[in-house]
Amino acid sequence: MGAISMRLGEVLLGAVVNLNHPAHYFHRGWFQISVANLMVILLMIVVFILALFLPFPGRRVQ
Amino acid sequence: MSTVEHKQWSARVRESAEKNLPPEQLLPDEQPVYVHSWIYVFGVLTIAAFAVVLASGVWLSLEGPTWWHTSKIGLFVNSLHLWSVELFFFFMVIHLWGKFWMAAWRGNRSMTWVTGSIAFLASIGAAFTGYLSQQNFASQWIASEGKDGLNSAGVGAFFNVLNFGQMFMWHILLLPIVLGILVVIHVLLVRKHGVVPPYPVEGQAAFDTGPEAVVDVGASSDDEGGAS
Amino acid sequence: MSTAAAGFARAHKRDHRHVEAWKGGYRPYDLVKEFVVALVVVTLLTVFLAVLFSSPDDQPVTIARWARADAKDFTAAALSELNGTSEVAQYGPPYNSTPDAAQKIGPISLQTIPGVRIPIDTATDLVLNPLQSVAGDNPDLQAALSQYRSASPQQQAAWTTAYGKALDSATVSGGQLQVPSGDYGPVAVIMPAELALARSGGLDGALLATKQFYQTDYTKPILFISGGSYFEDQASAHNLLGEQWGMMNETGNWPGQPWLWLYTFWYQVPPFATSGNADALIWGIMIVLSVVLILVPFIPGVRSIPKWIPIYKLVWRDYYKGMAAR
Repeated sequence: MGAISMRLGEVLLGAVVNLNHPAHYFHRGWFQISVANLMVILLMIVVFILALFLPFPGRRVQ
Repeated sequence: MSTVEHKQWSARVRESAEKNLPPEQLLPDEQPVYVHSWIYVFGVLTIAAFAVVLASGVWLSLEGPTWWHTSKIGLFVNSLHLWSVELFFFFMVIHLWGKFWMAAWRGNRSMTWVTGSIAFLASIGAAFTGYLSQQNFASQWIASEGKDGLNSAGVGAFFNVLNFGQMFMWHILLLPIVLGILVVIHVLLVRKHGVVPPYPVEGQAAFDTGPEAVVDVGASSDDEGGAS
Repeated sequence: MSTAAAGFARAHKRDHRHVEAWKGGYRPYDLVKEFVVALVVVTLLTVFLAVLFSSPDDQPVTIARWARADAKDFTAAALSELNGTSEVAQYGPPYNSTPDAAQKIGPISLQTIPGVRIPIDTATDLVLNPLQSVAGDNPDLQAALSQYRSASPQQQAAWTTAYGKALDSATVSGGQLQVPSGDYGPVAVIMPAELALARSGGLDGALLATKQFYQTDYTKPILFISGGSYFEDQASAHNLLGEQWGMMNETGNWPGQPWLWLYTFWYQVPPFATSGNADALIWGIMIVLSVVLILVPFIPGVRSIPKWIPIYKLVWRDYYKGMAAR
């Protein structure tokens, strides 16, 4: 039991997904962005659009 | 409330606070009905992320700046600090987008926008000093590159990014204080002026008349009577 | 009228010319609960991301590591610090007063205004003094240092130039740098001694040491390291160079600082991409844009963009539907 929780602890403190390798890049001529950064920016745009469109709970405006 | 003119500073401060932010306005239990969209939660999400940044930073401070290189728990707490910073910027920028497209500076709310945008820029500075404090390859590189921009502006002579001690103190003390003050003022301004109303429907002048009002705001924003 | 509305109206009586207090309806809303929920959500998200991805921690470059990995590059860099041809030696303020070195925006050079506030004499600080500190029990090194210091600048330049040329055809064998023989004067003793001091880790320490015991200022070691190709090669491998949009990037596959996109963008495009004043010019641009951002509410046209591109209609669609229904 102690060994299992130690192992779990190690996994949690380490990384489930290992990002410690050279990054992937999106290249178009002089434009370059890492896939990680690109995903963050795209996610921001998606979340912004969702925030505008998704209905907000609670009574509709009188 | 007393109408006697007080010369006492304490009384003046208290009465100004009461006048500008009566308790039911400082912490209201209701919002105008037009506040009804998910875009409105990104301000509070930004503040929540800031709280997690501060808490994880405090935890790192307990053990010192080199702990996270030699301890698995330290590395985990550093990860908490890094990811809460990423979330902080994520939410803050979406909050900025929302406030821009709502023209949230209308109706005497220019200072809310001003304090918010200065807080954004100060956050970038705080993140920069954080990256410089990592004491690993990334911080070496960022320092050796960052010095050129700052030196070219004459700032590097006073703000030496190669000086770990200086950058670390800006990061854990000076900039958090500045950011904290900006955030508090920003939120108090929102409470004082209320959430910006919608652009008026055509033909209706129920309230705030849109961008034209901003012209007046420019003239009046120098706090008439000191109680703006 | 609700208490919040009453408070609002009371505080803003005098604002009625510009903003009429909201006369419409209010809805109960629990701000404290909203904050607590946000805090819980963000904390859980942060823990989730930290468990999933952890954070990067690439080992820093030390002078010892550099000297062991690439003796030739190290020695060439050290030589350029000694003879004042390195980037740091020719930097200008705040490190030294090299004429015409400072960057300019048009005729204005902000770089020169504060003067030399972080004085670095590359020959003395990065080569001669560190070696002096270990020359105590090395009479040959002591003699070489004295000979070099007392020689004329022209003589010093002759020795270092000759050594630099020979370095091009130097080889590394058995961990030693083999430089073809020639007339290098004391430089023939000084450079190998500098390399040996570096490889032992002593130079890392010597560059940090001051008259006091404690130190937190890494100016000298980082400036020294930045003078070689080794450091830049490591950065290039991580896509951290300026022309690689490096300001936004992070080591490994982690997201970096996407909010710096506009700052690094300018370095990619002409004329900044090839300008010697790029740093100063781009700083100027970013300061102007930052001021514009802060002053949006006061800039005619810019402050009207949200009205012309009515994304606000999505935010307040419930309200507008309610108004239309009346």
